[in-house]
Amino acid sequence: MNELLLVVTIAGERVALPAAAVESVVELDTLIPVPRAAPHVAGLSALRSRVLTVIDCRRSLDLGVTDCSDGIREAAVVELDGHHYALIVDQVEDVLEAQSAPAPLRAAMGAGWERASLGMVETETGPLLLVDVAAILAGGAEAKAA
Amino acid sequence: MDDLIADFVAECRDMLEALGGEIVAWEAQPDDRARLDNIFRFVHTVKGNCGFFDFPRLEALSHAAEDALADVRAGRRQPDAALVSAVLAIIDRIAEMIAAIEAGEEMPAGDDSALIDALAPGAEGHATPLAATVADGQGKATSAPRTIRLSVELLDRVMSTVSDMVLARNELARRLRESETEVIVDGAFERLSAIIAEMRDAITRTRMQRIENLFVALPRMVRDLSGELGKQVLVDIEGGDVELDREMIEMIRDPLTHIIRNAVDHGIELPAERLKAGKREIGLLCVSARQSGNQILIDIQDDGRGIDGKKLVEKAIANGVIDKAAAAQLSPREQLALIFEAGLSTAKAVTAISGRGVGMDVVRSNVERIGGIVEVDSRPGEGTRMTLRVPLTLTIIPALTVSIGNQHFAIPRSAIEEIVRANGESVTLERLGGAGVATIRGRRVPEVSLAEILGLESHVGDADRRLIVLRPAGGDVYALSVDRIHDHEELVVKPAAPAVMATGLYAGTTLADDGSPILLFDPAGLAEVGGVKLEIQERAARIAEGPANSGPRVVPVLLFHGLDGARRALRLAVVDRIEEVPLSAVRTTAGQLRVQVGDAILPLAGADGIELSGDKLRVFRLSDGVHEIGYAFREVVDFATIDNDVIHAERPGEVSGVSLINGEPAELIDAHWLFANHVGSSAQPAQPLVCRLPADDPWMQNMLRPIVEAAGYVVVGEDSETPADLVIASQGDAVGEAASAIFLRSEPEPAGKKDESIYRYDRAGLLMALKSAGRGK
Repeated sequence: MNELLLVVTIAGERVALPAAAVESVVELDTLIPVPRAAPHVAGLSALRSRVLTVIDCRRSLDLGVTDCSDGIREAAVVELDGHHYALIVDQVEDVLEAQSAPAPLRAAMGAGWERASLGMVETETGPLLLVDVAAILAGGAEAKAA
Repeated sequence: MDDLIADFVAECRDMLEALGGEIVAWEAQPDDRARLDNIFRFVHTVKGNCGFFDFPRLEALSHAAEDALADVRAGRRQPDAALVSAVLAIIDRIAEMIAAIEAGEEMPAGDDSALIDALAPGAEGHATPLAATVADGQGKATSAPRTIRLSVELLDRVMSTVSDMVLARNELARRLRESETEVIVDGAFERLSAIIAEMRDAITRTRMQRIENLFVALPRMVRDLSGELGKQVLVDIEGGDVELDREMIEMIRDPLTHIIRNAVDHGIELPAERLKAGKREIGLLCVSARQSGNQILIDIQDDGRGIDGKKLVEKAIANGVIDKAAAAQLSPREQLALIFEAGLSTAKAVTAISGRGVGMDVVRSNVERIGGIVEVDSRPGEGTRMTLRVPLTLTIIPALTVSIGNQHFAIPRSAIEEIVRANGESVTLERLGGAGVATIRGRRVPEVSLAEILGLESHVGDADRRLIVLRPAGGDVYALSVDRIHDHEELVVKPAAPAVMATGLYAGTTLADDGSPILLFDPAGLAEVGGVKLEIQERAARIAEGPANSGPRVVPVLLFHGLDGARRALRLAVVDRIEEVPLSAVRTTAGQLRVQVGDAILPLAGADGIELSGDKLRVFRLSDGVHEIGYAFREVVDFATIDNDVIHAERPGEVSGVSLINGEPAELIDAHWLFANHVGSSAQPAQPLVCRLPADDPWMQNMLRPIVEAAGYVVVGEDSETPADLVIASQGDAVGEAASAIFLRSEPEPAGKKDESIYRYDRAGLLMALKSAGRGK
């Protein structure tokens, strides 16, 4: 009955997304930019005749920019308020079972992580940071400033 | 139990909605048995159900009303105004309670005995109708006419699935095109495709509702309003069967209500005033709906006092909406349009009905939010007409695809006024303080570059761009320059994610046929981000033009090179537009050069004695308001004005004189001479031409005759004695004596080289033959 987690790497760091929020994992090939949109919106892509809004997780967490020029990127598809998003991550690793409820992390994190953190969960591979999908979609400091 | 109550509430709501109109009709005609029965049935149903559900107050109310109505039905009592009001008051109270039950609230506390007492014969009519509550109650009711009940979410889900299906089909179609498939597969796909299209149509229709749902509540609302104001208003409703997207109906409910309230409150006068003005005591309010293309037009017309444009202007100046100089320049139409400006109300006093400060500006913004337009037309003393134009549906939008660099975007077609080339004949682009101004046929239009708005790189030079003249809902035009224009497409538009919408530029996203996502622009948003001021532009543009036009001796002309290379000028006002025609459209018929433009054949000037070469010819279409002629030219040089003296020609002719324009001499074309010499000869002859048609040929009589008559002929049968100027016959038939004859064949292709017959559906050919036959006389 424990929550399932999708383990991904963002900016080289292994983190967990609540698997229930993730619809599928896809490989994006084409990316149509959205001029003037917040910087963490990498563009639009189509998946099975649906439009996905592609979010660059690195950018959203103020951890730099993912280079999307080299073509195929791995992404996790999530839905929020009827809209579908693809979260670009470095890599999708595995699905694990959470062995604890998320607990607050008392150590200081980077500002971006701090904003998106739901706390720390224990897994069989050690503690992982549980990331709030909605916070990633909302974007980072740049989006707020814009 | 909860299910039963929900059913009861739904049933009551349906009946209440249907009753809205009945009650007013009953009041106007209390002895109308059918209406009485309907109302009786309602209270009876409510009473029956209340006993079952234990709603004692509802039961007492409905019981009392039922008793009184039963007396009327049995003829023991005559219905009078007091009784009608009392019954109405009870129905209102029932509606209130049902709304409370539906919302799951506690039954509101209160005493109904006053209402019940009012029913008694001879009771004082102190039961006032509860107008506001009723309007609200009905505003919430969104159910469809009595058929089956489906949840709205389910319908939406089906609709969105079907939209996805269409997109999936498009993608499949693309993949099929790319790969080699067997004919059988293609056939099967075609079938699937057709079925999906049909299904989409059907599903779209399920979302459609008759606008009647919106209209039923109006008679009651107007009745209550006019009663409150001491006015008499008759409502005439038309076009209730027009269908509109369910969502749209909800969106226009408030604006429509507001407009009607305004019409009753401000428009229609008190009975005494109306009599004094020589009008009928009873004001007339017409509400009509009709479909026009993919738009629905809703007219709200009253015969009241109209809107005084001058008062509006005074008010607008007083409120600082516009300044005096600008106000003086307003056309009557623009004066009226001021009522949509924020903070303007001409009502002398704020009444409870309207004029609460939320004015027509709110109406306009609400209508515009759904891609609609609201227009006003009014004559003081005669009445006002408001027209709402709203799109049929929100989901499928005809759009134009354009591109910057290699990225495609879509623009809703409804906002596009025209498309011109940036280096076109009648277009000039200028930069004023960094801002772009395009002059399109003498009209100054702010220009913004899409590439700049979007911050994209464009590799197309300014001169090679296309300008799309856009008119965002309610705003004034502006020109958007894009790299390339691609295609018209019907797009299934979906709302974009909030992060995308936050840019303010886009109205949604969609998938193109090739499966790639496309962003759909919001024309108003583009203008805003591009820094174009939509509101004040029209006035400013006109003011800028005004003095230029009224200045002495300034005549705007179009400077061009004729086919013979001569530098010439034509007064701008006579040039209707510029057309490009294939050279094959130019023919010498009946001793005169003529050009076929679309369906029309125009005399052609400017090409006499000149060898035509190339495969296209550019032609000015000149018009004097009645006749049109074509004038061939090589290229347009510029717009200019004649501000030097004109040296007049010695003899009247095509050229009336010479003047220095932009420092070089140019011949001025005498438009009057052109028309006199090219049209004058083809004007209607005094003696009408006679054409003989076989009387027994139904095709000739039904299809051909109107065309022949329109060309100025009097049509006679074979047995007529009148000598005919022209005979039209089927190919191979014998013809009698006539000045000329036209033979028609039923095959598009001629039988041989000598075959001079005309294909019977070659309309242009026919018209040309008719014209030249007439000339032969």
